[in-house]
Amino acid sequence: MEIIVCIKQVPETTEVKINPDTNTLIREGIKSIINPFDMYAIEEGLRLKERFGGRVRVISMGPPQAESALREAISMGCDEAILLSDRAFAGSDTWATSFVLASAIKKMGSFDIILCGKQASDGDTAQVGPGISSHLDIPQVTYVKKIESIDNGISRVERMTEEGYEVIELPLPALFTVVKEINEPRIPSLRGMMKARSAKITLWGIGEIGIESAAVGLSGSPTRVVRIFTPPPRKGGQIFHGETSEVVDRLVQLVKDEI
Amino acid sequence: MDYLLTEEQVMIKELAARIAEDKIRPIAAELDKTEQFPREIINILAQSDLFAIFIPEEFGGTLQLQDGRMVGGVLDLCLATEELSKACGGVAVCYAASALGTFPILIYGTQEQKKKYLPSLAKGEKLAAFGLTEPEAGSDASAIKTTAKKEGNSYILNGTKHFITNGAEAEIYVIIAMTDKSKGARGASAFIVEKGTPGFSFGKKEDKMGIRASITSELIFNDCKIPKENLLGKEGMGFIATMRTFDMSRPGVAAQALGIAQGALDLTVRYAKERHQFGKSISSFQGIQWMLSDMATQIEAARALVYSTARMIDAGRGSVAKESAMAKLFASDTAMRVTTDCVQIFGGYGYMRDYPIEKYMRDAKITQIYEGTNQIQRNIIALQLIKEMVK
Repeated sequence: MEIIVCIKQVPETTEVKINPDTNTLIREGIKSIINPFDMYAIEEGLRLKERFGGRVRVISMGPPQAESALREAISMGCDEAILLSDRAFAGSDTWATSFVLASAIKKMGSFDIILCGKQASDGDTAQVGPGISSHLDIPQVTYVKKIESIDNGISRVERMTEEGYEVIELPLPALFTVVKEINEPRIPSLRGMMKARSAKITLWGIGEIGIESAAVGLSGSPTRVVRIFTPPPRKGGQIFHGETSEVVDRLVQLVKDEI
Repeated sequence: MDYLLTEEQVMIKELAARIAEDKIRPIAAELDKTEQFPREIINILAQSDLFAIFIPEEFGGTLQLQDGRMVGGVLDLCLATEELSKACGGVAVCYAASALGTFPILIYGTQEQKKKYLPSLAKGEKLAAFGLTEPEAGSDASAIKTTAKKEGNSYILNGTKHFITNGAEAEIYVIIAMTDKSKGARGASAFIVEKGTPGFSFGKKEDKMGIRASITSELIFNDCKIPKENLLGKEGMGFIATMRTFDMSRPGVAAQALGIAQGALDLTVRYAKERHQFGKSISSFQGIQWMLSDMATQIEAARALVYSTARMIDAGRGSVAKESAMAKLFASDTAMRVTTDCVQIFGGYGYMRDYPIEKYMRDAKITQIYEGTNQIQRNIIALQLIKEMVK
């Protein structure tokens, strides 16, 4: 089975601070990690390989330092890693990013399953996974919490919803975005870490992928960030004191007045 | 302090630290309360290759031979044990005790014995244990009563060992038994005994003050027949094997003590910053500051001694008994003092089991007792001092 896992390197904190002058993330002094949701995708890829054989290739689009995220994926047991890095990619939105990833995947040859985390912890869009499947024109299931079976090219997965879960059958190749309920990511092995240290990370830019620079980066991104601002803090609520029946009447009256 | 570790040693330290933080710390209190053997953690340590770091590559480990000699291993083991101990001294000893049971095979095993036993130990599929102590033979190890009688191609073991770490959970045991009582200490021999051998059973499981995540059991040998190939080294070498094993393993106990002390200090510094009395953080009081400074200094001194000793062993220095005893003595006494002071800084909260700090004090105590009490360590050091003077 050919498995491809897409990962993103993100800042370690969940409290990302924004520079108010430039409206960009303040990255200085913050450690970079693999997006936590992508760790579940890597783990699921490795488990599929253990169940069905084959190989797990991991790709990431990002600046040169994203190489360390790919090395970590190799230390966990992924077989190969490709870094998609090019100055032309700078400023890509989710549309352009998923186009780059999908184009690289096409170049990587045949595959059975693409795995992504449900969303990245920095951008929180949850759009890149579905975007890749659209660019590749393959079926997708988001929020997968279990890959039940794969039989004769048909996969059966459980998709988490707010009320419970759906069971979906679909043909491969397909793309799944996974939630944290799917597994518990492994800790790398010492041998894996040693292998990762010297592993070759393939580097592809627009030339290697074979795409036009106009289709990526800012020029390939329909999204425009008009303004980033911090919403004003909410004013404190009102607390009513007194007998319950009286307090309830006042509350009901207040709601009526507001409506 | 920068101890100029190799890239691989840094990886070992990071890996162990990650397992300690992510997997052990969240369940340490529960393991302490329920006295449950942490099999899941052992499996994680195994998958991470941490049982392989003190075993040569040719037997499934990660240690590379240099000039036909094993290089490294003890410092690597110390680094891993220290990190694990920061989160739980009990889990750490389950790990380190397997190394203790493996060392005699590494030092005295024949090529066949090594090939048979080391690969599964390196993978962590099996745990090892070392059985010396008996109810009436603690510090006086020469008083052991367990016997091994040779009969044809076998040895028949009879007797009881107690206080054996990893007892009942380990698969492979190195047992010290008397083959010739008339020769006293020179009549003891070391044997490999596998779990499941008829006549080998487990007795009482101890209810301990600390390191409660580890298991300490009685081993009972009742006409337990083992093949003569399971003799380690030669007959009569049991005590030498024990002493050489302890010389190699004591830095591991010292590293456990070091980790317990450091883990406790880390929690205490954080607590001292957060805790307010008299309108200020208690870390602003000089009385507290000086306690913290003394603790940190003592721990660093212990670490320097432990790592230096481990490096001496790894470099293949023959005589390390004195240094090894000093490392164990100093690090464990430091751990006891530091953890007691940490509880003091936590005050009334420190005495309560809802807070994690009292466990460190309970866990620290054993490091002054096992693998030779600190009184025995002082005997070893004095003996060497006097010997060196005579030379």
